[in-house]
Amino acid sequence: MIEEGLKSELQKQGVYVTTLEDLYNWGRANSIWPLTFGLACCAIEMMAASMARFDLARFGAEVFRPSPRQADLMIVAGTVTKKMAPLVVRLYNQMPEPKYVIAMGSCAISGGPFKQGYNVLKGIDRYLPVDVSIPGCPPRPEALIHALMTLQQKILAQKLTGPDRPGCLNAAVPGEFPVPAYGEHDLEPSKNPQIWHPPLIKR
Amino acid sequence: MDANQHPYLVLALLMAAAVAFALGPLAAAWAWARFYSPAKPGKDKNGIYECGLESKGDAWIQFRSEYYLYAIIFLVFDVETIFLLPFAVAFTSLSAGAFVAILVFLLLLLEGLVWAWRKGFLVWK
Repeated sequence: MIEEGLKSELQKQGVYVTTLEDLYNWGRANSIWPLTFGLACCAIEMMAASMARFDLARFGAEVFRPSPRQADLMIVAGTVTKKMAPLVVRLYNQMPEPKYVIAMGSCAISGGPFKQGYNVLKGIDRYLPVDVSIPGCPPRPEALIHALMTLQQKILAQKLTGPDRPGCLNAAVPGEFPVPAYGEHDLEPSKNPQIWHPPLIKR
Repeated sequence: MDANQHPYLVLALLMAAAVAFALGPLAAAWAWARFYSPAKPGKDKNGIYECGLESKGDAWIQFRSEYYLYAIIFLVFDVETIFLLPFAVAFTSLSAGAFVAILVFLLLLLEGLVWAWRKGFLVWK
């Protein structure tokens, strides 16, 4: 492992040194392929972000894949209804690791303006491990780009060894999360307690 | 080993380098996947359908053999039109033999139509 001071000193002399970890993460962070997956109006902003004006391609993330087998990132763009939630989880399960989730917009985070609706899931973080949440209704494309950059920083900081290593290198990280079933009144189970840790409200 | 004596040596070397250039990253990716990333197969991950829904039934279903009727009627109406158009364009300059030949062809197709009609396939059910 090379020291940061020596590294920058060498760089001034035109010698670039790096680690395998940095190279690996650099490649991963700059080729995030999102799943073509729009659920509601947030998807319009997602499309706008991938078009010429906002140009998601600058971050290597313009390759929207129509198959979960080829995708790294699931952008949950829009309201997740309870009818759709099992499909979302199943699609996430079908993605190869390492995989990341961006919850885009208030609906995907918490149900948003439809939170009181009987058929709306109150946040996809009940079933999936969300990496980045973007508030907004809908968030502007700049916000999505910011979320992508946040995700890139998260990926760049991941170690290839240790407990924080990406899921593809860690046998302990589950490859599949339980898919909820349609119950009589609600999805069963209504949340995945392994993932969903709501903040405790202290009064 | 002089390059003048073996003029194709450079080509062979370039070929070997090209193959290594193509296979090297593939081998590296395979080795990386083999030794560092644990496989995590599962029910959903191994599922064949990629739309989030579960696949239902068997993929080995039988298609109804009656669809050959549509093929025949398509042939009667569509292929006939294709041959009728040049026939009509060249009608005035045709010899008697050519006229009889195309008439036989038309009669054959017409026979197919009569056959389909009598079997009742043209009735909308």
